[in-house]
Amino acid sequence: MRALLIAASLALGLSACAGTPALRGTGDLGVVIERAAGRVQVVEHSQRTALGTVEGLGDLSHAHVTFSRDGRYAYVFGRDGGLTKVDLLTRRIDRRIIQAGNSIGGSISQDGRLIVAQNYEPGGIKAFDADTLELLADVPAEYAPGKFSRVVGLADIPGQRFVYALFDANEIRVTDFTDPRKPVTTRYPAGKQPYDGLVTPDGRWFLAGLFGEDGISLLDLWQPEAGSRKVLAGYGRGEEKLPVFKMPHLRGWSMAAGQAWLPAIGRHEVLVADARSWQEVARVPVKGQPVFVMARPDGRQVWVNFAFPDNEWVQVIDTVDKRVVHTFSPGKAVLHMEFTPRGEEVWLSARDSNRVTVVDTATFAVRRELPVDAPSGIFFSARGQRIGF
Amino acid sequence: MDRSLLIHVTVLLGLTALAVTSAPAAEPDSARQKDLIHLVRQDCGSCHGMRLAGGLGPSLLPEKMADWPDDSLVATILHGRPGTAMPGWQRFMDEAEAGWIVARLKQGFPALP
Ligand code: HEC
Repeated sequence: MRALLIAASLALGLSACAGTPALRGTGDLGVVIERAAGRVQVVEHSQRTALGTVEGLGDLSHAHVTFSRDGRYAYVFGRDGGLTKVDLLTRRIDRRIIQAGNSIGGSISQDGRLIVAQNYEPGGIKAFDADTLELLADVPAEYAPGKFSRVVGLADIPGQRFVYALFDANEIRVTDFTDPRKPVTTRYPAGKQPYDGLVTPDGRWFLAGLFGEDGISLLDLWQPEAGSRKVLAGYGRGEEKLPVFKMPHLRGWSMAAGQAWLPAIGRHEVLVADARSWQEVARVPVKGQPVFVMARPDGRQVWVNFAFPDNEWVQVIDTVDKRVVHTFSPGKAVLHMEFTPRGEEVWLSARDSNRVTVVDTATFAVRRELPVDAPSGIFFSARGQRIGF
Repeated sequence: MDRSLLIHVTVLLGLTALAVTSAPAAEPDSARQKDLIHLVRQDCGSCHGMRLAGGLGPSLLPEKMADWPDDSLVATILHGRPGTAMPGWQRFMDEAEAGWIVARLKQGFPALP
């Protein structure tokens, strides 16, 4: 009997070694981009540990990740047009294609069956089968004969649609992939040089941040036929802009406490707009040019990081008092942050300090530091459950 | 006048003359070169791509740089291009350092150490 037991446990041990992952859920998984190495670390945020690495993902500057709805697969978009489907459980590449010359990200459809990439070169979007990465549709962002715009701000919205903006053509477009091989695109004029966009968590409003003028282009996706309008116009008050050494990033995490919290361009301020009237209600002075302005999931705090040369700093804004309540440095060149799904902790990447720091958002105490080679983006699988990610 | 003072003065003058004549060609020292490589790959890279093959900003690879005279590229780096997303970097480097970057861009920019 004893020998049998030993044999059985040996066999179990062996099969665990042979690559069958121990049974676990995927709701607490994530990836951290190791930018220069073309590699990701697979992490989990329950125990705050790294589980392993996956290599061979190409040029990961400006890498972006979207997740399958079962939380098992991370779709990693590389700058070099690489699109890699990474299995977070086995920590292996499931599939990999080169889909463009220069890409900045992508998103997953409402039903989880389509992956859509947004590209600079060739300018446009492309839809792929989420299982096989087979190309289903190519939608060039042609705005004049033979001219193609770089695409920014792509977000999934209900109805198998994707909304995005054209940096070179001052437009917002909505493409409907109800029939994936026959997409239908509608165009809306927008303000000058939209640099990124976001869709509110309910999928109703698309906001395109503008680089070429002060303001935000707003499209009501419940009534798109009314067209886009400009809000927060002239927030710079005609004053000379400060130089912008890195472009801010927008995403649905900007909404907190019934307001939109947005980076100003060329001003060291966070702009606060009422999310019904879209009128400015406040602006909060901060340490530098904001890059990410991210609400904690409950909306009580907004965390801000900054462009070069102020990129060692992070500031926390209290959304009731609308003022900075905490300023600290988790390391050099803080590139990104990601909250745990309910926001009790936040992970911050410090590229030039080669570490990720996990911070308690109530006490600001450091919970853990993980060594990572030049980390940039941090992406948790909970994104797979949210509209606009 | 005290002889040692005189010598000091001449040496000083000589040094200044040297500094003035060699300034345009002065290469940043090796520690500074490292910083500049890091700055270009990482922080210029946020717009031009870490491999400098282009992003929001155009490609800075040698075949693209060849068309431009050095002084115009140096001016772009120091002062930016108004009306575009290219900011000026003169707060963070001098003309010689921008010149060193341009020369390296034209040859193929060094990798991160
Ligand atoms: C915030 C984005 C951004 C950053 C950061 C940035 N650039 Fe640029 N750069 C641009 C854009 C956009 C252009 C194109 C301007 C135009 O339309 O003429 C440009 C143009 C240039 C050009 C001229 C190339 C050409 O073909 O016209 C050079 C050289 C250049 N940048 C070098 C640099 C260097 C060196 C750095 C870092 C010290 C840097 N850039 C950082 C956005 C940026």
